[in-house]
Amino acid sequence: MPKSPYMSRREFVSIVTAAAGTVMGAIIGIPAIGYLIAPALQKVSADTWIPVGPLANYPVGVPILFNFNRTTVSGWVQTVNSYGVYIIKQENGSIIALSNKCTHLSCRVNWKPEDSAYVCPCHDAWFTITGDKIKGPQPRPLDSYETKIENDNLSIHFIGS
Amino acid sequence: MFQKTFNWLDERLGMKTIYNTVLDRKVPKVNWWFTLGSASLFLVLLQGITGIMLTIYYVPSPDHAYDSIQYIMNGVAFGWLIRGIHHWGASLMVLIVFFHMLRTYFFGAYKYPREFTWVTGVILLLLTLGMGFTGYLLPWNQRAYWATTVATSIAGTVPFIGNFINQALRGGADLSAVTLARFFSVHIWWFPALIAGLIGVHLYMVIRLGISSVPKEED
Repeated sequence: MPKSPYMSRREFVSIVTAAAGTVMGAIIGIPAIGYLIAPALQKVSADTWIPVGPLANYPVGVPILFNFNRTTVSGWVQTVNSYGVYIIKQENGSIIALSNKCTHLSCRVNWKPEDSAYVCPCHDAWFTITGDKIKGPQPRPLDSYETKIENDNLSIHFIGS
Repeated sequence: MFQKTFNWLDERLGMKTIYNTVLDRKVPKVNWWFTLGSASLFLVLLQGITGIMLTIYYVPSPDHAYDSIQYIMNGVAFGWLIRGIHHWGASLMVLIVFFHMLRTYFFGAYKYPREFTWVTGVILLLLTLGMGFTGYLLPWNQRAYWATTVATSIAGTVPFIGNFINQALRGGADLSAVTLARFFSVHIWWFPALIAGLIGVHLYMVIRLGISSVPKEED
């Protein structure tokens, strides 16, 4: 049989099958990859300003503890975490907001007016009123939050932990 | 280069022989009804792949089953598509496998020497229905819960041993976390393993015996 100038039926079927297979593979494969890596691509931002009440609530020179909860959602599970922040209004009017989480092993520190210090009940870490180290195993001063005042209402900048 | 590599591999794996045996078989002139077996096989693979994908996010616990599916539907890229394919593929599969059985029956393809192919096929049909039954509970919504309550109660009407069957299916007197866990286990491990093995036997016999032809007037 002389060679036909046209494509043979077998060639045509092979090409059509390969093309259809590639299209089907892409239609199924691309969503499949997206499905598998989706959680890695989701940006979860906990960054927010948390109102902690009117400025008048906070007397000068006395740390006041403010507690709040934040809910994090991972997939199908919601976790509620509690946070505590000591608000200190200084005599010059500036505000300090200190996390009450000890920088040693994350126990909650307590303000002791008689000692003028935050004391951690777990391993006896002591901090000054502005959060600096006095004594104990803690590696660094207490973490602080950025603050802002709008219409005499105080807010702290919560960035995730 | 490619040809050389292929030949080296083929000499050891016998891929050409497999190809010739499986795909280059001599078949009688048949019609479109004879494609239902291949369609069933395709659907099994599709259900297997989408099912494996779903287990990445699905949690078989009453606390989280429903919420994890909500997450698949709304939180994950293309989750709705993967679950949708699995959902509709399940219904389609029961339909296609059933038509495959009807074709075999009406064309007399179950007769000598293919009786055993028919027997494995019947078991595969029952397992397909079993997959539908166990999979129906997994969303753990109202429909799933009550459908399984009704179905296991029906199983409980068997004389004498009904109550035992009912409790064995539920893993207790009522539907609970135990029921969900065992239905999940059966749905993703026990039945798929049996189905995979039986499809192997079923296909081996199809290849070994060849397929039957369309019955003619004189048959």
